[in-house]
Amino acid sequence: MAGHASNQIDASTLWGGKISPFSTSYGKLMMWFFLVSDALTFGGLLVAYGYTRHDAQDAWPIGEETFNSLPFLGHGYPLIYVALMTFILIVSSVTMVLAVEAGHRMDKKGVIKWMIATIIGGFFFVGSQAWEWSHFIHGSEFGKVELADGSQAIVKGHFGEIKNFEVLEAGKHHKKGDVITEDLMHQFQHAVVAGKINNGIITLHDGSKAKVNKAADEHMELIIKKDGSVNKVGTHIKDQKACDMYYEAINSGTPRKVIYGANLEENEYGPQQYGQFFFFITGFHGFHVFSGVMINIIICLGVVSGTYHKRGHYEMVEKTGLYWHFVDLVWVFVFTFFYLV
Amino acid sequence: MLRDDVIEYSLDTHHSEEQGKAIRKKIWMVTALLTAITIVEVALGAFIKQSSGAWPFVKWSFILMTLLKAGYIVLVFMHLGDEKKSLKYVILVPYFLFMAYLIFICLMEATAVGHAWETYGG
Repeated sequence: MAGHASNQIDASTLWGGKISPFSTSYGKLMMWFFLVSDALTFGGLLVAYGYTRHDAQDAWPIGEETFNSLPFLGHGYPLIYVALMTFILIVSSVTMVLAVEAGHRMDKKGVIKWMIATIIGGFFFVGSQAWEWSHFIHGSEFGKVELADGSQAIVKGHFGEIKNFEVLEAGKHHKKGDVITEDLMHQFQHAVVAGKINNGIITLHDGSKAKVNKAADEHMELIIKKDGSVNKVGTHIKDQKACDMYYEAINSGTPRKVIYGANLEENEYGPQQYGQFFFFITGFHGFHVFSGVMINIIICLGVVSGTYHKRGHYEMVEKTGLYWHFVDLVWVFVFTFFYLV
Repeated sequence: MLRDDVIEYSLDTHHSEEQGKAIRKKIWMVTALLTAITIVEVALGAFIKQSSGAWPFVKWSFILMTLLKAGYIVLVFMHLGDEKKSLKYVILVPYFLFMAYLIFICLMEATAVGHAWETYGG
């Protein structure tokens, strides 16, 4: 090859051994190696999730049934919210690549503009994830119910609003005739879990008994998720029959017939491991996004102060860009395997 | 320092205004494509039930679309497509070999364990 490519090599590109393997700088290659190792971590986590799902005996939660809410708008929007989150992250990846492109033209203002856009997109994503988690933890208004035959079902439909509790029997805090209008949903769910609701009469914390004034539930539907002696997985039970079966469980006086939301021990959506993998994988990804935003802020400050301009190149922006795109890349897989498939 | 065994490379891989325009056009094209794929995925997920006969086809199309998205992100956004061939292979080949092995072995094992529970388990 002598005589073919006699080039002046930028001395700062050369590594300690006075060559430049793969014609790339040391920093960039190490960033790639780090990303490969991080990709192996996420790959391992997602494969572990796949393992659990393939050997699970109970029905696995279905994305469009589990994630169908929007902030302020309620239920009935399957997957729209996560799609929006995905879109936000893709867009922030685009603004990042535009920052790198501006860097190649030594356009300092362009780099700053696109990096700030990227940081804003990152914050939006982290915020969306916080909402998603909060929603996942608190769960639906109906929860998951264990029916009389031992089968378990998730519940869809419109939960009739609770208007107030009318105290019929005095307890420590409430007198007969009191009308309670605060914290209704919380107290109601608490009583349901404790098995302290019977035919519209709730036993409150202080031992008083009250009549629950509640609008009727509408379009109720039970979707069986765990086999019982009568109902089998995949059965849909609708309207009045669904309502009867649901309230039969609530009125049974047995605690824990209904489970709301998710924690590390149980969740209303499906097998216990589902909740744990959800928290760990989306949490670990969210942690990566958060770190990415912090790194982007630090590098952006470097750009503003002109550090990289003086250096003559914006390779630092390129390297943080690699990390940021990687975070987007991981989300593409999390999105598919947690929400779609 | 003069070298004739290294292909030209320098940290300041600058490009001109015109080249920038072409690059930006490509970026926006890829953005539109990634967005379109995501919309198709959500529409399929929302309208085709897992109990329907078309589901196995939909499931595999999700996985293919994901790989397509991932390919565009890695090759265009992360510029791996512009790197030297040797670097591309050093990054991609070991990863894919290992992941293909891991996915195969774990899912086969999980399915077998699942069947064992179904047959003999409590």
